[in-house]
Amino acid sequence: MTAAILGKKVGMTSLFTDKGAKVPVTVIQAGPCTITQIKTMKTDGYSAVQLGFEEIPERKVNKPLAGHFAKVGSKPMRTLKEFRDMNVDFNEGDEITVEQFNIGDKVKVSGTGKGRGFQGVVKRHHFKGVGMATHGQKDRQRHGGSVGQSSWPSRILKGVRMPGRMGGKRVTISNIEVMDIVSDQNIIIVKGCLPGPINSLLEIVKR
Amino acid sequence: MNSMPLIEEMLKARAIDSRKQKDGDNYVEVPSFNPGDQVNIAVRVVEGEKERIQNFKGIVLGIRGGGVNKTFRVRKISNGVGVERVFHMSSPMLQGITVLRTGNVRRAKLYYLRGMSERKIRQKIS
Repeated sequence: MTAAILGKKVGMTSLFTDKGAKVPVTVIQAGPCTITQIKTMKTDGYSAVQLGFEEIPERKVNKPLAGHFAKVGSKPMRTLKEFRDMNVDFNEGDEITVEQFNIGDKVKVSGTGKGRGFQGVVKRHHFKGVGMATHGQKDRQRHGGSVGQSSWPSRILKGVRMPGRMGGKRVTISNIEVMDIVSDQNIIIVKGCLPGPINSLLEIVKR
Repeated sequence: MNSMPLIEEMLKARAIDSRKQKDGDNYVEVPSFNPGDQVNIAVRVVEGEKERIQNFKGIVLGIRGGGVNKTFRVRKISNGVGVERVFHMSSPMLQGITVLRTGNVRRAKLYYLRGMSERKIRQKIS
């Protein structure tokens, strides 16, 4: 069965297993999400389920979007995301919660990673730097070295790794284990760390 | 808003509940103790299939960390060799802690006891 939900990263802590091992975990405030639209092969050319997450006041949505929510009898939501091929028996307007996941499930979590700004090659591409501090060398401990050849091809090849903007991109982590679920508080706890800062949006998918 | 402290509290309560359920009457709450106290710690040791309780008796050298990361360090002299062990305060492997004698010390971390003879330690902490 496919399960998907939207959530917010709350923070990290640790849990003890029954065997006494301490495991790092991330706490996610997930759902409840409303199904705002179901797309089918017949009407849309592909099958997907659109989920809405986090209620917002009516005044924050424009009229077309308000209509979209009113159609399924849902309150306005901050985020709308589609999940392909959910093949689950749901109707539009239904609410889905963390209860569709079980402890021990392997899930895939996606989010936007922390933006690192303009970074050099050592941090961005794990280069080792060029030179040493002594032996007549100067100012090149964190440099990238040569970026190409000489008169042929007389240009730098495309895709050469260089300094630039780092992070702030979508990151997906697969095969993370669900450690605990607190359904009355809509909390799902997974093993290990997740992309993005605290309060950032996360998509949790089980295939 | 940072709701992490609240959630940690809740997780702690849940962990205690589940342990109470599992251990039944065997569940013992962790008593409060201080550096310098002589304590006996019952630790669950799993050896293959079997499980038994191992006791570790010694002096608390210090307590560090907070929340789930709170640990304490116990030192004892075993066959003339100093042995130190760090325990997690909220570990489910701890079966019980008993305070045998309270110490009278002025410091939070008693690392200076390491170089001392047993006799001197006894004088220092009482």
